[in-house]
Amino acid sequence: MNLPQVVQYCFAGVTVGSIYAIVAIGFNIIYNTTGIINFAQGEFLIVGAMLAISFNHFVPLPVAIFLAVVITTIIGGLVEIVFIRQVRNASVLRLVVITIGISILMREAMLHIWDEKVRSLPYFTGTGVSTVTILGAHISPQVLWVLGVSAVIVMGLTPFFRFTLTGRAMRACADDRMAARLCGINDRWMVTLSFMLSAGIGALAGCVISPVTQTQYDMGASLAIKGFTVAILGGLGNSMAAVAAGLMLGLVEAFVMSQFDVAYKEAVSIVILLLILVFRPSGLFGKREIAAMRAL
Amino acid sequence: MGKQLAKVVGILIVALALCVSVVAKAADAPPIKVGAIFGVTGVAANLGGPEKKTAEMLVEKINKEGGVNGQKIELIVKDSGSKKENAVSLAKQLIEEDKVLAIIGPSTSGETLAIKNICQEGKTILLSCAAAEDIVNPVASYVFKTPQKDSDAVRRIFQVMKTKGITKIGVITSNDGFGITGGKQLANLANLAGITIAISEAYDTQETDLTGVLTKVKGQDVNAVVNWSTTHGQSMVAKNMKQIGLDVPLFQSHGYGNIKYVQEGGEAANGTIFPCGRLLIADILPDNNPQKKFLLEYKKDYESRYKEDVSTFGGHAYDAILILVEGIKKAKSTDKEKVREAIENIKGLVGTAGVFHFTPLDHNGLGMDAFEMLTVKDGKFVIYKN
Repeated sequence: MNLPQVVQYCFAGVTVGSIYAIVAIGFNIIYNTTGIINFAQGEFLIVGAMLAISFNHFVPLPVAIFLAVVITTIIGGLVEIVFIRQVRNASVLRLVVITIGISILMREAMLHIWDEKVRSLPYFTGTGVSTVTILGAHISPQVLWVLGVSAVIVMGLTPFFRFTLTGRAMRACADDRMAARLCGINDRWMVTLSFMLSAGIGALAGCVISPVTQTQYDMGASLAIKGFTVAILGGLGNSMAAVAAGLMLGLVEAFVMSQFDVAYKEAVSIVILLLILVFRPSGLFGKREIAAMRAL
Repeated sequence: MGKQLAKVVGILIVALALCVSVVAKAADAPPIKVGAIFGVTGVAANLGGPEKKTAEMLVEKINKEGGVNGQKIELIVKDSGSKKENAVSLAKQLIEEDKVLAIIGPSTSGETLAIKNICQEGKTILLSCAAAEDIVNPVASYVFKTPQKDSDAVRRIFQVMKTKGITKIGVITSNDGFGITGGKQLANLANLAGITIAISEAYDTQETDLTGVLTKVKGQDVNAVVNWSTTHGQSMVAKNMKQIGLDVPLFQSHGYGNIKYVQEGGEAANGTIFPCGRLLIADILPDNNPQKKFLLEYKKDYESRYKEDVSTFGGHAYDAILILVEGIKKAKSTDKEKVREAIENIKGLVGTAGVFHFTPLDHNGLGMDAFEMLTVKDGKFVIYKN
């Protein structure tokens, strides 16, 4: 393999990895507040992208995306208020199962609203054929958009959870809800806020990746599974780790693809997930982060 | 008072029931039950959607015109979600509970192969809308299919490659029934055509990006790429090839016959070459083409009713019903065995996919001439010329 080819594989890995990463970030927000995994996260992405695609017929792209993010944020809040908040004796397992139900509900609703066809947003810069050339290899400018947006989200979220009162209150809720309530934190609204935040970020992610992955009503589940894998891989709750883990998984898959049949790459990523769960249950970057969180 | 009211209501109900039964007796002969299994949702939704719409439209039209041999058709449509296991249970349900005469569909090859034996053992006619050759080879006496043969599509592609001087190709296929059987056909026929397949890879149907696998293809210095799938990968492959600078001709299967994939591919889709039935180019066919008038009529009916472009997949469902109706008419009965035999003897039936000539050994009835080679120019399908 010559250099351009190696770089090209790396770019392929980064392309897929950046998609995994941006999906994974959304999982972390709800986990940070409630300690549950929201399996409807993939559907938030698709709803966001679908809304933006529909709005883009009438308004310019940035406005369409903004509207889509706002509406999906509201949907996220409503989902929490209507479904999650009503549950008595909410154990983690029960809530997780409810999120699976919500994901199915949203998927069917999308099928009825937008039918079964594949759609996509236009490329943010250039078209489907434009590329950026680095070291003799090519990459779609949209991938740079995905990476850039991920970076901005992470740079916003990390200080938010660490240093702002609201962010710390949200984390406190996950840690010990009763104690948080005793400290005067309105835990119910913190959970609602986390759903809104992750739905909004999900919608933004869905819009950014739409030109690359295309958007179909039932794509949420498979995106969510990869995002979930990456969130675990990085260590749940840590957005920066999720991005690192996403890129890493993408690169590993690209490497496997370059050496073996393409079919093996899924197997490899699952094996890695299993190894991590066995040997480092808190994720690749997990331990240090959790220790740091406790110290704060 | 209450008791009396109850009595009155009771009498009314009985009277109503009698009326209904009398009316039912007075109506024509019982309807012919026909089942349909389509992937209306799931990965094959782009196939199943138009198939369901077409089937409903056509059956409505047939019934409005008095049905078949004086009997109306009752179409029972089931959504498989594009999943094999659903197709299997739906097929059993249609055969055992609904006791249908025939099943139209399923939409995908994987699903069809999963229920091929069930229909054969249940002695129920299966008219598949899926393309894989394994559906009718080996022949199962009750199993037919309406789309053109994979192998003929491959032969047409190789013919074009020869004229372009292409000898070394890379093949990528989706990891499902259609992709895998297509990959096999390509491998089987390549030698004969003097073409070397330098690399052959299968990708997941839910893949979010194909630059990785195409990088691998690029490393083999191929003269052309063939993609064989029916999923959204078809528009992705065109974009990704351009993105990584893999500037060789792209050939796709007849699964590309939906303008939606061209629209999604954007300008990258231009130049894609693929074999296809004549439905999509009906308006540019010469007037003496036997299919032209028929195709234009279907296109007009479908597009005016559903406000979306017609696709070849809907055409496969159209053909399936057409063949079944012709079989019933010829057999002058709804006996499964008689209808099956009648279908085997249908000759020269003009359908959307081509002109059908069935024999007991050929349960597809279409030849290589059913395909026209098309290419994409400025986002539209046009006839490919060397």
